Amino acid sequence: MTTTELHEALIYEVLDTVKDPEIDTVSIIDLGMIERVQIKDGSVRIEVLPTFSGCPALTIIQQNIEKAISQLENVREVAVVFINNPTWTSDRVTAKGREGLKQFGIAPPPRFLKEDGSWHVDCPYCGSTYVTIENIFGPTACRSILYCKSCKNPFEAMKLISTSM
Amino acid sequence: MSKEVTPEFKKSVTTLLYQLADDDYLFSYRGSEWLGLAPHIEEDVAFSSITQDTMGHAKLYYTLLEELGEGNLDSLAQLRPKEERRNSLLVERPNGEGYYKEAPNYDWGYAVARNFIYSTAKKAKIEALKASSYGPIQEIATKISAELYYHQMHWTAWFTQLFTATKDSRSRMIAALEEVIKDAGDLFSFGEVALCLATFDLIESEEALKERWFTVIKPTFESIKIAVPVLPTPTINGRNGQHTDDLTSAIETMSEVYRSDLAASW
Repeated sequence: MTTTELHEALIYEVLDTVKDPEIDTVSIIDLGMIERVQIKDGSVRIEVLPTFSGCPALTIIQQNIEKAISQLENVREVAVVFINNPTWTSDRVTAKGREGLKQFGIAPPPRFLKEDGSWHVDCPYCGSTYVTIENIFGPTACRSILYCKSCKNPFEAMKLISTSM
Repeated sequence: MSKEVTPEFKKSVTTLLYQLADDDYLFSYRGSEWLGLAPHIEEDVAFSSITQDTMGHAKLYYTLLEELGEGNLDSLAQLRPKEERRNSLLVERPNGEGYYKEAPNYDWGYAVARNFIYSTAKKAKIEALKASSYGPIQEIATKISAELYYHQMHWTAWFTQLFTATKDSRSRMIAALEEVIKDAGDLFSFGEVALCLATFDLIESEEALKERWFTVIKPTFESIKIAVPVLPTPTINGRNGQHTDDLTSAIETMSEVYRSDLAASW
């Protein structure tokens, strides 16, 4: 790595290489988890929004951020701090993140709740809207299990999380 | 948050946090004992996911307690003896006869009834906590609320389904609900510290919470044509540290690994 002065853009660039440990097509930036980066005299403080309360990947993410940032030149120390204000919501997933999820076979989080309190997503494989929810809960805290009646593939969707729920 | 934290205010905050943390911790423990035993595989996935979320909620509260100087969060969860626990009687009650490792004779109807009552009561509390005078509790409540949305939806579906499926399932649910309500007397109680909590506007009063709860559960009880249950006056009150021996054995099982090597890093 060439000698570079530490600046926010560089930190964000590196953070974009830190992937979700279980979904390697999306970074923690794509997921909207980074709230703030502060740099002072070689010490870097990164405020991260935890996604789901019981997610065991959070500790791994924290370690991966520390590892990635401390490899930069001129970094003396790294502090990764989880904060709950603002609270993470699924609309923080970026357009790039939504694409990355689809590539992995996960439908991006629905944008809104319907009047009856349910939500709908399309199949991430064939785009069909003809899908059924098999289980609102899935293999990880953030995902539901669905089935596409058009291409006959089971798939997962990232759950909707909003402050109005 | 920038408000000056007096010792009295801090004491009230920690007292409330212990009640919330211990409730979710024990509820999650009872849920974990069901792992692999639910009626079908999709339910096993759902129930264990809810249990995992709930342990996450307990962790959020214990983390706040740690930040307030109450000690290490793992120790707070694992090592506090029965007398120091502030959970409701409802969550310490075992899942049924037997032991999860050998011949568990658990009743699914009881699980559904307890989980429905607990989740809806939690919903009432979380709504009230969104307006708590203590900022960090407000933030946590907002976070928990979205996850709880799915839990409540899930248990409401089961509760309604089993009450309306067959004659047999209905009569078993009526019996299960009765068992659950018997233990729910201290669910909304704050015990001896009630007045203190009210003074600082940390959470609404027991009466106001019960009103909220009534609004939450009324549509479900109307749909199953059952009168909304009235919570009894507690005979023993978990909020005052009164518990059964079931809690002792739950803590022992839960903390067995942690206690085996207190210096280990997990």
